[in-house]
Amino acid sequence: MLATIGRGSVGELFEQIPSAVRLDRPLAIADGVSEMELVADLQGLAGRNRSADDLVCFAGGGAYDHYVPSVVWALAARSEFYTSYTPYQPELSQGVLQVLFEYQSMICELTGLEVSNASLYDGATALVEAVHMAMRPDRTRVLVSAGVDRRALDALRTAGRGAGYTPEVFEGEAAVGGDVAAVVVQHPNVYGVLEPARERFAEAHAAGAMAIQIFDPLSLGVLAPPGELGADIAVGEGQVLGNHLNYGGPYLGILAARLADVRRLPGRIVGETVDVEGRPGFVLTLQAREQHIRRDKANSNICTNQTLMAIAAAIYMAWLGPQGLAELGRHCVSKAAYAAASLASIPGVTPVFPGQPCFKEFAVRLPRPAAEVIESMVGEGFLAGVAQPQAGNDVLVVAVTERRSRDEIDAFAAALRRVVAA
Amino acid sequence: MNEGAPVRTQAPAASAGTIDLRSSPGRRASVLAPLDVPGAEVPADHARARPAALPEVAEIDLVRHYTMLSQQNYGVDTGPYPLGSCTMKYNPKVAETVAAFPGFQRAHPLQPDSTVQGTLEMLWRLERALCEITGMARATLQPPAGACGEMTGLLIMRAFHEDQGSARTRVLIPDSAHGTNPASVRLAGFEAVGVPSDERGLVDVGALRELVDERVAGLMLTNPNTLGLFEERIEEIAAMLHAVGALVYYDGANLNAIMGKVRPGDMGFDIVHINTHKTFATPHGGGGPGAGPVGVAEHLVDYLPAPIVARDHDGAFRWDRDRPRSIGRLHGFNGNMAVLVRAYAYVFGHGGDGLTEVSELAALNANYLAALMVPDFPLAYPGSPPMHEFVATGQALKKETGIKVTDIAKRVIDLGYHPSTVYFPLVVEEAMMVEPTETESKQTLDGMAEAFRRAAGEAHIDPDLLREAPVTTPVRRLDEARAARQLKLRWGAGATPD
Repeated sequence: MLATIGRGSVGELFEQIPSAVRLDRPLAIADGVSEMELVADLQGLAGRNRSADDLVCFAGGGAYDHYVPSVVWALAARSEFYTSYTPYQPELSQGVLQVLFEYQSMICELTGLEVSNASLYDGATALVEAVHMAMRPDRTRVLVSAGVDRRALDALRTAGRGAGYTPEVFEGEAAVGGDVAAVVVQHPNVYGVLEPARERFAEAHAAGAMAIQIFDPLSLGVLAPPGELGADIAVGEGQVLGNHLNYGGPYLGILAARLADVRRLPGRIVGETVDVEGRPGFVLTLQAREQHIRRDKANSNICTNQTLMAIAAAIYMAWLGPQGLAELGRHCVSKAAYAAASLASIPGVTPVFPGQPCFKEFAVRLPRPAAEVIESMVGEGFLAGVAQPQAGNDVLVVAVTERRSRDEIDAFAAALRRVVAA
Repeated sequence: MNEGAPVRTQAPAASAGTIDLRSSPGRRASVLAPLDVPGAEVPADHARARPAALPEVAEIDLVRHYTMLSQQNYGVDTGPYPLGSCTMKYNPKVAETVAAFPGFQRAHPLQPDSTVQGTLEMLWRLERALCEITGMARATLQPPAGACGEMTGLLIMRAFHEDQGSARTRVLIPDSAHGTNPASVRLAGFEAVGVPSDERGLVDVGALRELVDERVAGLMLTNPNTLGLFEERIEEIAAMLHAVGALVYYDGANLNAIMGKVRPGDMGFDIVHINTHKTFATPHGGGGPGAGPVGVAEHLVDYLPAPIVARDHDGAFRWDRDRPRSIGRLHGFNGNMAVLVRAYAYVFGHGGDGLTEVSELAALNANYLAALMVPDFPLAYPGSPPMHEFVATGQALKKETGIKVTDIAKRVIDLGYHPSTVYFPLVVEEAMMVEPTETESKQTLDGMAEAFRRAAGEAHIDPDLLREAPVTTPVRRLDEARAARQLKLRWGAGATPD
């Protein structure tokens, strides 16, 4: 090969690097190891973690221990999907393109909206993109309900530092002025409570602002879909659709909107068309919106996305079907209600929002700081929930998915009783 | 013909339709455990009135449907994938094994730090290695992709200048840059100002000098640049920016070319993002996920997104959340962890010596393939030697035969290979950007070169063969204009005329 390129050594290929900046020593990283040594190293590291594998998981806050059926990753991990790239050559990529088209279709069915893109990084970054879609030259304020997850709000604050807006948090009714671009409501909210989203969205529309809902895809078997509540843009965390917890990522940012706003949508979109013989096929479409064409005029900078997670989500949604989705939602509602009642009977533990209907999470006030209780509950074999310090450091939010059995909930309540009494 | 790729003598059947067409009312794949607590409902005013019209299929329907679709797709495991700028290297399977360990895969992102010491130590070691490779002081592993890494770096740049009491408005970008650069610059609240390339495809240093003043927050540069060429005057460029108090940002898209050879920090860069999915291992998954860690020099460490991993005196690891000068959070949790585990496996599996060899082989393969292809497709910038990828042009062939590089690409598909990137970078006419990566063998490179050579020859004698290609794929050329004009973005809905 060197003879073909007319070089004496591989080193000559790096001669254009000025000698003053060249690294004149080996990298200070240990030499390579065999696969078996590498596996042993990572087994050691993974073995030092606890996880939902050995702790019964009642933690939520945007990431949930829903069951991931075997069929999802048996198919999503097929190497033709798994080791392909963005479908720039559609004739070689009909598989990924069609799954993404099916994903978009199912997200529309789920949300009651008309268009979906083909994935964003996660729920928090999807919110940022939705807000950027809503921005207009004369509308640059963003009103965010106090029930929105604080990490999503933090991500929005960070993005606002660049784009020149500061999200404003409101409680109760939204006072929407003519300079407001968007009103954001999370429903169910960060405490699991069902929000009066219809009213908030009507207030937004009355002032000409866009209504953005942060939703839980698995709530939509039992809860009215965002499109019906009046949301113009719906964003959600798609981890719950067949993706593993993975300590926070990779997850799946879902974004659906109305057809009228399709040209403001961020990220890839797949469309159906025909080939030269008139056969149906799929391509990336409306690419003129995207950074590789529009450059500094683009609404979003996203390029690499989370296609693999969208593939898993499509398979998972088809696995669930309409009946499975409704049943799973009802199981979450029922088990959360049962757990909330069990915990409310513990002396010193009180519901934060008594009598408020919930989906799969609920908030309780503890007689001790939530972070301490969570630590102690690990010793009892539980991930007890997540702290929400913005509501008080004694607030614990507990998530109950379809996976949690009555026995686990009873054992959880008994352990919490011991821990708060200690 | 590519021996490794499926060679089809006739086109396989087009898709038998979308999954909804396999539906039958009442059929289902999902079965939940029986409800073992009293049933409860959401209040009627919140309830969904009509079920979501998801497909109604059995598990076998799912398996057949998605297996069939996977067979209509090409991946690196199918054959070589020489997409320039994308770095489609083979990813060792061991990375998949370790990422699936339950301690990683089943960990909840809000678990107490005391219960994820293994992950935190993994992240700590990975960060140290990334800093060693790039010559940076510390790094955040939070950004989930390169574009988000760019945003992170630019917000750090903004915060730094604000703290200096200096209101800077412009960021300089070479005209060959990837589209994410200008898009990120605008989203970070700056104006993107283009820097022209010279006749060798390198930054026009004279033109750059004219643009550098105290309005400039920084320069974003890829090195080797987007044309695959090393910016030899990098020290001078960095010094020019530093002299006016501006920062120099390294876009890590091409870091795979220089590992163990030269470090961005030693070249004068202040901020570096790394596309771990390109430089290291992640199987790309049809377009993602990736991960885009950002390293910074000492004077910018305080601005890194919070939290970052800290090690206490007793050796315990924790997330350091108390970082008052941090630009904040750019991801819902702390990054694409399962991608970072794969990056760790790649970095420590190869080791320092192996990573250096990765860059050497990437350059050797690219130069070898370039040597075989230049008789038909000359280099766009023959004055500078390519590194890990090269940009060739089909301009002369088009002039002689009317055949465009898109036709060449489609014909190469019929010859059993995934084609190179075409029509990028935008500054080169009839551009073909070829990046074979370090993982392809000489035999594979010879086969690829033969496919391109054969297509170029056919352009002269049988151009229609190229114009009608591909014919071996499940569908032939697709009407992209129609897709954008008559929008059909979901099943059930008719096409919406624009």
